[in-house]
Amino acid sequence: MDIKYIKNNSGLTVYVYGELDECSASEARTILDKLLLDNLTSKKVVFDLSGLSFMDSTGVGLLIGRYKKLKQFSIPSYITGASVATEKVIELAGLYSIMPKH
Amino acid sequence: MEQNNKMTLTFLSLSKNESFARSVVSCFALQLNPTLAQISDIKTAVSEAVTNCIVHGYPAVKGEITIECTIVNDSIHINVIDKGIGIENLPKALEPFYTSKEEEERSGMGFTIMQSFMDSVEVKSEKGAGTSVYMIKNIKSE
Repeated sequence: MDIKYIKNNSGLTVYVYGELDECSASEARTILDKLLLDNLTSKKVVFDLSGLSFMDSTGVGLLIGRYKKLKQFSIPSYITGASVATEKVIELAGLYSIMPKH
Repeated sequence: MEQNNKMTLTFLSLSKNESFARSVVSCFALQLNPTLAQISDIKTAVSEAVTNCIVHGYPAVKGEITIECTIVNDSIHINVIDKGIGIENLPKALEPFYTSKEEEERSGMGFTIMQSFMDSVEVKSEKGAGTSVYMIKNIKSE
């Protein structure tokens, strides 16, 4: 699991690579929370999941947690690049209703 | 029940074994010539079941998780077993979005995903003795 990001005037794009499961979630959470706290002036945050080879419901919990933190600062968040498999998990959880497809 | 093939995998309830466990079961399922989507469904369902054993079955002390896989005609039967603390309230646990660990950012979607991605899921649990999650996926090869 690896996380990269690009910051520009339109907002922050966070790229998540590898597998997102219960094993990699806590490391991802630590990295993401620091990244988000360092970028609270962002107009929006987009989570780009195109580099994810696997995601289960732990990933859903992780994304919902980040959404809640960003919401406290009125920063909208989005998801993009989900594979067919990841999208199946996202749609079952109804995640696009709070973090729309970008 | 005529068993065409069978394998049993036992491992310690460490998070680092989640990836390994879902890979092993996916590999075993390949003999049925599943589609990529079917393999993905199996991988995710196994991940959910194994994660439940680790997070909920053995919250304090490490224990053993056993996965029994059986090929029966065109189906794969997967039984994920732990001898952990068991489920306090099974009907509640099966409810979508319910989690007993609210404070830990858990989505509560584990069982819902298993039920949606597999063709049948049967959960048996006994407090203090453990839990078994028996899932079946029918693979119709093209």
